[in-house]
Amino acid sequence: MAFVAIADRDHEQEHHDPQTFLTKYVWSQDHKVIAIQYGGIAIFVGLIALGLSILMRLQLGFPNTFSVINPESYYQFVTMHGMIMVVYLLTALFLGGFGNYLIPLMCGSRDMVFPFLNMLSVWVYLLSVLILLASFFVPGGTTGAGWTLYPPQAISAGTPGVGMGIILMLVSLAVFIVAFTMGGLNYVTTVLQARCKGMTLMRMPLSVWGIFMATVLGLLAFPALLVSAIMMILDKTILTSFFMPAMISAGEQLSYNDGSPILFQHLFWFFGHPEVYIVALPAFGLVSDVLATHARKNIFGYRMMVWAILAIGGLSFVVWAHHMYVSGMNPYFGFFFATTTLIIAVPTALKVYNWVLTLWQGNIHLRVPMLFAIAFIFTFIHGGLTGIFLGNVVVDLPLSDTYFVVAHFHMVMGVSPVLVVFAAIYHWFPLMSGKMFNETLGKWHFWLTFLGAYSVYLPMHYLGFQGVPRRYFSMGTTDFLPESAQMLNASITVSAIILAAAQSLFFINIFMSLWKGKKAEKNCWGATSLEWLTPDQPPKHGNWGHDLPVVHRWAYDYSVPGQEQDFTPQTVPASEVPVGRDHGVTHESMLEEFQEK
Amino acid sequence: MPIAVVVIFLVVGSVVFHFVSPWTFTPLASNWSQIDDTIDLTFWVTGFVFVAINLFMAYAVIKYRAAPGKRAAYDPENTKLETWLTVFTTVGIVAMLAPGLLVWGRFVDVPDNAMQIEVLGQQWHWSYRLPGADGEFGDVSAKLITKENPFGMDYDDPVGQDDVLISSPELHLPINVPVNLNLRSKDVLHNFTVAQFRVKMDMVPGMVTSLWFTPTKAGRYDLLCEELCGIAHHTMRGAVIVEEPEDFDNWVASNPTFSDTQVRLAYNPEPNSAAAQYAVCAACHGHQGEGMVVLNAPKISGQSEWYLRKQLENYKGGLRGSHKDDIYGQQMAPMSMVLFNDTAIDNVIAHIQTFPDNPAPKTIEGDIESGKKTYAVCAYCHGGNAQGTKAMNAPRMAGMTDWYLQRQLQNFKHGIRGQHPQDYYGKQMSFMARILQDDKKIDDLVAYINTL
Repeated sequence: MAFVAIADRDHEQEHHDPQTFLTKYVWSQDHKVIAIQYGGIAIFVGLIALGLSILMRLQLGFPNTFSVINPESYYQFVTMHGMIMVVYLLTALFLGGFGNYLIPLMCGSRDMVFPFLNMLSVWVYLLSVLILLASFFVPGGTTGAGWTLYPPQAISAGTPGVGMGIILMLVSLAVFIVAFTMGGLNYVTTVLQARCKGMTLMRMPLSVWGIFMATVLGLLAFPALLVSAIMMILDKTILTSFFMPAMISAGEQLSYNDGSPILFQHLFWFFGHPEVYIVALPAFGLVSDVLATHARKNIFGYRMMVWAILAIGGLSFVVWAHHMYVSGMNPYFGFFFATTTLIIAVPTALKVYNWVLTLWQGNIHLRVPMLFAIAFIFTFIHGGLTGIFLGNVVVDLPLSDTYFVVAHFHMVMGVSPVLVVFAAIYHWFPLMSGKMFNETLGKWHFWLTFLGAYSVYLPMHYLGFQGVPRRYFSMGTTDFLPESAQMLNASITVSAIILAAAQSLFFINIFMSLWKGKKAEKNCWGATSLEWLTPDQPPKHGNWGHDLPVVHRWAYDYSVPGQEQDFTPQTVPASEVPVGRDHGVTHESMLEEFQEK
Repeated sequence: MPIAVVVIFLVVGSVVFHFVSPWTFTPLASNWSQIDDTIDLTFWVTGFVFVAINLFMAYAVIKYRAAPGKRAAYDPENTKLETWLTVFTTVGIVAMLAPGLLVWGRFVDVPDNAMQIEVLGQQWHWSYRLPGADGEFGDVSAKLITKENPFGMDYDDPVGQDDVLISSPELHLPINVPVNLNLRSKDVLHNFTVAQFRVKMDMVPGMVTSLWFTPTKAGRYDLLCEELCGIAHHTMRGAVIVEEPEDFDNWVASNPTFSDTQVRLAYNPEPNSAAAQYAVCAACHGHQGEGMVVLNAPKISGQSEWYLRKQLENYKGGLRGSHKDDIYGQQMAPMSMVLFNDTAIDNVIAHIQTFPDNPAPKTIEGDIESGKKTYAVCAYCHGGNAQGTKAMNAPRMAGMTDWYLQRQLQNFKHGIRGQHPQDYYGKQMSFMARILQDDKKIDDLVAYINTL
């Protein structure tokens, strides 16, 4: 039988709407419900990680004041905070949450291609979270090896949680990867196979591009983490020596022989660096759509943006060892990895230029999602530029393992993506819930978050310049740090507490708006992309009612010359609006010529 | 509109903060001024980009903010502009990368005349090895590491016999001599960092890594471990003393070679003179080393010989008992002088080892459950039963004098003990004692140790 695209077989399919509460909201195979389940779980564990960070900050700002924080628990907080934020919050939220919600809607599909697998994915993800949380309650507690889980310390005496803690951590990661793979295969297949008629790849919204490429990265990178987790479990349980050299521990000889700790680091960062882009690329995509919609202007340099996403994705696999300049690997690698790392700055910088140029000559509506998006550009520029310090191998020498690193990666993969998360939630909240959020409360949330985050992380860079090492329970006195450094630490802690407390405004806003927010108008922002064009808001199971949409133009026909309305949805055919990028007229100056014809 | 103003304010504020804040690089004390130059260059280039893009964005937000009747332009692409931006960015990147790689080229190229020193890391302290007169290091193996052979030296390798072994966390270096540090670890990953030298490198068990620099300023520099190496990571401190070559040579000569350390181990104390020497101690510590509360003297019988030796050396060297508030330490310091040489110390310690080890009377009460929770941290070094671990430099506490333990914890916490710059292990303990918020916590902890 000849291959027929899924979108062209739509009428042959039967659509069974779920009937019971359980199949509708719990064991649901609807990508939108799964998205919200993914998002809910991710935000829940994210809040735990946020709480852990405040406990760490209390110790750093006001050393030895609180008895629940001792060196053992501190390093456990450090580890779990990092791991949860990177993997269980950001990866799950961007791909499982936004990916699930937006891919089928933006591509004009009825659902993911494998709905059952999709459902399985979220439940296996929940299982991985439960295993992770269980490790808080086993004897010895969670692992305290740092989120990088470097051996030998991750499994040898001297580190908290080297018993069940580390094993549960590794098992949880392995289970997470299983969940991610089930979801990830779905996202990739759906984007490639289930787009509606007319939705060519180069017409897709950048959100879909970002999430798609991030998923491809995840599918290629997570296996490296999976094998290293399995190898470490073997080293721990049956005393293989993959990562464990001959060594002593607490004065006793261990039975390991000739393993390589650095091998683990290579495997870890072969996953870990793409992981940065697994978080960043969806954020790049989502923020592009928020910027274009609220600036009422097409995204500038769309093709360049797509190629930049692909280039960054590709390059992200050849830069991993820039995390290892001072790891003791062959120092000659430094030349290669510094070069590739700084090359990746070029497509990344181009994306920043294009966001800013999207604002240029726009008609900028400074609504809450747009404020978050602009703040993202600011923090991302900051975090990107400090990355050039750390990527340039010799500049990394004094800065590696200091607070400069902490400040850099929080700015670039903590603050920036989280600002996009908020931009995206506020932007799509009316669609997802059918309700409007409270604008005033949203603005308060924005200002406290943006300014709070900057006052946490800007000063932290300067602690790094001074040489304050990261992952120190307390600094004590040294001969090179002025006493004022502690003052700086205290001020960072106060800012962090305000920043964390301000997040309650977000939850109040969301829950109040769900409960008694006013009904959102359909397509309230005047967007062009398909998700806003469903017959129902929020979209129902199957998304599109009887007929799948047909796409006639790219996702960014905002303020098309000669049109009264400042947006032209993707479904508007050329017969109605015969101008726009895909219909010959790409600039205002060409309009007259066109009309003369 | 406010967002644009705030962005402008943050840009200006960040630049001002950068220039006026007192928090910046600690002054350089090595040859690596080129690293600082590369950092400065990176600051100027990235600083320009930071200011330019953000101000442009703020300007765009102000100029093109929504207003009735306004409309955005339709401008999907501009190949010329995009090409220019690509070229401009690439030039900026090359301007930072090229000098960086040149300096890195110098870092990977160790000078031939560099002095070779080995740094050996372990949880949570530092030791060092110099190649000795023959200029060559003897063979080592992690498999050979024992209490008696902490460096894992190969006993049969003639080259290693004259290697100088330094078991203190303090390293001396001659000024203006390039030095290549060969980094080893016995157990887990560590990292050798002195902020003023600018260079750092991880220490990896199973392999030798290295870094080189030339110290250019005399002085004492804090040495930090910068790779998370377990719960006492933040206490893994040492020092590098940069001094004139003559002083350095004297320092080298004052440390034992490998063969010296083997001879010392074989030493047999002379029982009679040992008893005579102990008589002075007995006045306060009791005839059986059982301690006397009225004289503020703790029980010393049953305490490990290495710990007694270390403390006696500390008292003699002024590392302990020299703080003005350490009243009882001040009493002990002059008494330690009675042991005028190493042999006397060996003798008296050997004598103490012959005493019966009866548990000291228990006088401190507290909440044992609370103390047990706190002790989880102590156990990493002192052992689950407070039996002490030599490899961690952690003495035995179980069955020892509880009021003494209580007082020492208070002293460590309040900076009365462990503050001498050369008392590295005391400093470690003072880091740890500070997690005990108040006297009740200390009592709870001691009460729990009493149960072990």
